[in-house]
Amino acid sequence: MTLHGHVPPEPDLVQLLTPEGVRVEHPDFPLEITDDEIKSLYRDLALVRRFDGEATALQRQGELGLWASCLGQEAAQVGAGRALRTQDMAFPTYREHGVAWCRDVDPVTLLGMFRGVSLGGWNPNENNFNLYTIVLGAQTLHAVGYAMGVARDGAVGTGEPDRDTAVLTFFGDGASSQGDVNEAFIWAAAANLPVVFYCQNNQWAISEPVERQSRVPLFQRASGFGFPGIRIDGNDVLACLAVSRVALDEARSGQGPTLIEAFTYRMGAHTTSDDPTRYRLSEELETWKHRDPIERVRAYLIREAGVAQEFFDSIEAEAEELAIRIRQACRALEDPSPLSVFDQVYVEITDELAEQRSDYADYLASFEGAGR
Amino acid sequence: MASTLTMAAALNAALRERLEADDKVLIMGMDVGKLGGVFRITDGLQKDFGEDRVIDAPLGESGIIGSAVGLAIRGYRPVCEIQFDGFVYPAFDQIVSQVAKIHNRSLGQVRMPITIRIPYGGGIGAVEHHSESPEAYFAHTAGLKVVTCSNPADAFSMLRQSIASDDPVVFFEPKRRYWGKGDVDVTGLLADAPQLHRARVVRSGADATVVAYGPMVVTALQAAKAATEDGRDLEVIDLRSLSPIDTGTVVSSVQKTGRLVVVHEASVTLGMGAEIAARVQERAFYSLEAPVLRVGGFDTPYPASRVEEEWLPDVDRILDAVDRTFSF
Repeated sequence: MTLHGHVPPEPDLVQLLTPEGVRVEHPDFPLEITDDEIKSLYRDLALVRRFDGEATALQRQGELGLWASCLGQEAAQVGAGRALRTQDMAFPTYREHGVAWCRDVDPVTLLGMFRGVSLGGWNPNENNFNLYTIVLGAQTLHAVGYAMGVARDGAVGTGEPDRDTAVLTFFGDGASSQGDVNEAFIWAAAANLPVVFYCQNNQWAISEPVERQSRVPLFQRASGFGFPGIRIDGNDVLACLAVSRVALDEARSGQGPTLIEAFTYRMGAHTTSDDPTRYRLSEELETWKHRDPIERVRAYLIREAGVAQEFFDSIEAEAEELAIRIRQACRALEDPSPLSVFDQVYVEITDELAEQRSDYADYLASFEGAGR
Repeated sequence: MASTLTMAAALNAALRERLEADDKVLIMGMDVGKLGGVFRITDGLQKDFGEDRVIDAPLGESGIIGSAVGLAIRGYRPVCEIQFDGFVYPAFDQIVSQVAKIHNRSLGQVRMPITIRIPYGGGIGAVEHHSESPEAYFAHTAGLKVVTCSNPADAFSMLRQSIASDDPVVFFEPKRRYWGKGDVDVTGLLADAPQLHRARVVRSGADATVVAYGPMVVTALQAAKAATEDGRDLEVIDLRSLSPIDTGTVVSSVQKTGRLVVVHEASVTLGMGAEIAARVQERAFYSLEAPVLRVGGFDTPYPASRVEEEWLPDVDRILDAVDRTFSF
């Protein structure tokens, strides 16, 4: 036996609903869930996909400058998002539209930054959903700091369901290589903080496959930092929900951090500016289409729960209404005024910035016809 | 009631006063707990305020600032210590892309009242990365405010004001002046302190203006004293705030003296001196009798300590520059 000859066992993938829509049990993660609740999850998944698809279309029509689609990752996001309690805090990347949906953030709000009318524009504390963070992994440290505050506020391990608070932070397989993510692991472990690290391994960091990032399955990294890691079927909303619930419960009760690797697939391009045909094979996409996160729920509801077609028709109608509303509201988002760039740079504007603003206002006013 | 304190003790008193005044204030950094920081600025604070308010952080500058961001979102007011100037760069993204921008990104709906203390500058015979002056990087960044103190009284008032500020402040401490003493009114009210972002004329003079900040203010005053032997009466301004810059105070002085020399330890190219020179020529062009001159570090890496005294601006190099403004 040599050290380099040791082969770790193949990772276990927690799954509660097979790609064919068959409900299976996992000995460690039993999930008590009614068919009505599964119908509700189906609604989330279908509406998120419709919203996401509408945003991609809006980009193609020139209404958005860019869109980062979450196509294929709806279950990973909705499962985690629906495991949160009101008081919990989520720290997303820029692709967690499904989590935003679960936090009741209006999809139109998310479009602002992609249309270019703001750089974010929402209040993280209003829905306990942080601003989208574009620099990869930076938000995992924000989650750690927030969790330090939670612990200091005495909101961990009290046993009061409405008080104990967990922090859920998202990142991807690519960002797992970032220093900030690794620092976040270290801090969370050293202080036993109530953080759940939720890695959506969608197999691709733009054009780089996950093998470029890691020699071991990503969830295994947790053990080196001293907390549990687990891999789940990221296209199985029930597994995502069940395992996230357990991890968040353990965080709230003071047992410290967890790493969840939601094994999923980015069905679309990295963003609307990307061309995945340059670096990946269409066969791969076809394979993953058979593992679609929504089709399996639909199959379950039809075959095992006996849900009638009217239900699916009503969701389809609701999705269409949502798309229309989003389309109209997106087009109605107004461009910011040139002078607004000076607003909210500081809480207390500096004299020199106020002067720059005033000079620029004078300049704008100097054009013929200005101010009419 | 004034006491005579070192700058280090004045900074310590300011931190203590803020910890007492606001229970949302936290101190975090490497070795800030039992050790009291490598310069002892946080000496005794963990003992008196507890390990959850004076936090020994894991070794990671990005972690210190990144977690401060999360604490700020949660409603806290963190005061972060970066151990040495040259160690701030691993936190550069968190400072420049997160701390500086989140208030703006949220359309003003979340605040980042974070103070980042950085001991800076040379002259202490240190190894590499322990003597740098990185202030211009931060002064260049919108969303940050940047200040530096030159004496114990300012150290006390300016650090309290920085911590009380709802905007993020990068607070540069001139480490070679930590042990200099001065009178500090430790019972003074925060509201009575001079405005944080105003420069101060520390020596009135008629013939030429010398603008300095942080560690160079003492040196500039020494130069002004020496200049009297040549019959020259120098006005010395302590800039205090590097972002925003109190341009008005500098311009008024130049309108009186007609000559300006800007002094800092940082390399001259694209440094604070360049910005001040640009502003002065814009606003006081016809008052200038000579070009604005800069005295600063050369455009080299900060040198090995056995040659730093030659590299750093000193009294003679300031006087040489003053001479040149008169011989123009």
